[in-house]
Amino acid sequence: MALSARKLEVGETFSAVVVEDLKRTQIVQYAGASGDYNPLHTDEIFATKVAGYPSVFAHGMLTMGITGRMVTDLVGDGRLRSFGGRFLSQVWPGDDLRTTATVDAIHDKTGELMVELSLRTVNQDGLQVFTGYATARVDR
Amino acid sequence: MGVTVRVMTRERFPIEAGHVMLFARSIGDPNPVYYDEEYAGASELGAIIAPPTFVQADAQFNDSYPLRPKIGVPWFGSGRAPTGALRQSRPGGGSGGAGGTGLHAEQHYTYHRALRVGDVLTTITRPGERWEKEGRRAGRLLFSETITEFRDQDGELVVTARTVGVRTERVVEA
Repeated sequence: MALSARKLEVGETFSAVVVEDLKRTQIVQYAGASGDYNPLHTDEIFATKVAGYPSVFAHGMLTMGITGRMVTDLVGDGRLRSFGGRFLSQVWPGDDLRTTATVDAIHDKTGELMVELSLRTVNQDGLQVFTGYATARVDR
Repeated sequence: MGVTVRVMTRERFPIEAGHVMLFARSIGDPNPVYYDEEYAGASELGAIIAPPTFVQADAQFNDSYPLRPKIGVPWFGSGRAPTGALRQSRPGGGSGGAGGTGLHAEQHYTYHRALRVGDVLTTITRPGERWEKEGRRAGRLLFSETITEFRDQDGELVVTARTVGVRTERVVEA
């Protein structure tokens, strides 16, 4: 289902829990699918004893992928024109993440009706782990 | 996607149904547009598409990607010992970086059209800007940017990706 501009207001926010109690196995699942098997993400012994981290942690791209699911659920399939952001803090096994999307603008400057969203994914302590943006084509 | 220092064309990156399904599962996305041919065929896209961050999985097809174990090549993860090989220093780091000091700082995608199962992409990667910052916790931070163009079987742009990697002097915990 694509989003209709009629139903959107600038400043409006949408929010969803995107992962609860992140499991090490999901991180490994992402490693297998993406091809990024960095032992920092897949190998607890390496991550703690060699690299000095408290445990393995999620790929930034897993956090972005999980965030992206919330965005595509909101704007519809195949509607994104851009999606990006910064990885601000690591995401650890056991974390809960929530993504909030805020409508910054609705315009047709490019000939297509577009929504501009700012995105924020935070963990259970309210710490920002990813902030970014997305633009998507919307229906009238 | 490692941050490289020269322009390079990589192997073909075929967009395969099983791979897209496994990737969608790994990000916890149950949307049938990523695996159900009938559902996707009846959607406005007309075919199974890939999730927005899927092009990151080009690491599976890139022979020079350092963070995927390769047959016959020593791997630096734990085995009998906590580390299996001498860690190699990789400039910039990629998704997650290499060896504990390279991290992924930013990722940006521009979508020119939906990426569909059956597309065969070719990637061209070139270095972008490089800059330095003094971090509060991590010491000197070295940022480097990589731009990757994903083109389809007809040479048309499908996705442009801009990756920013950072190398830190010290391990940083969130």
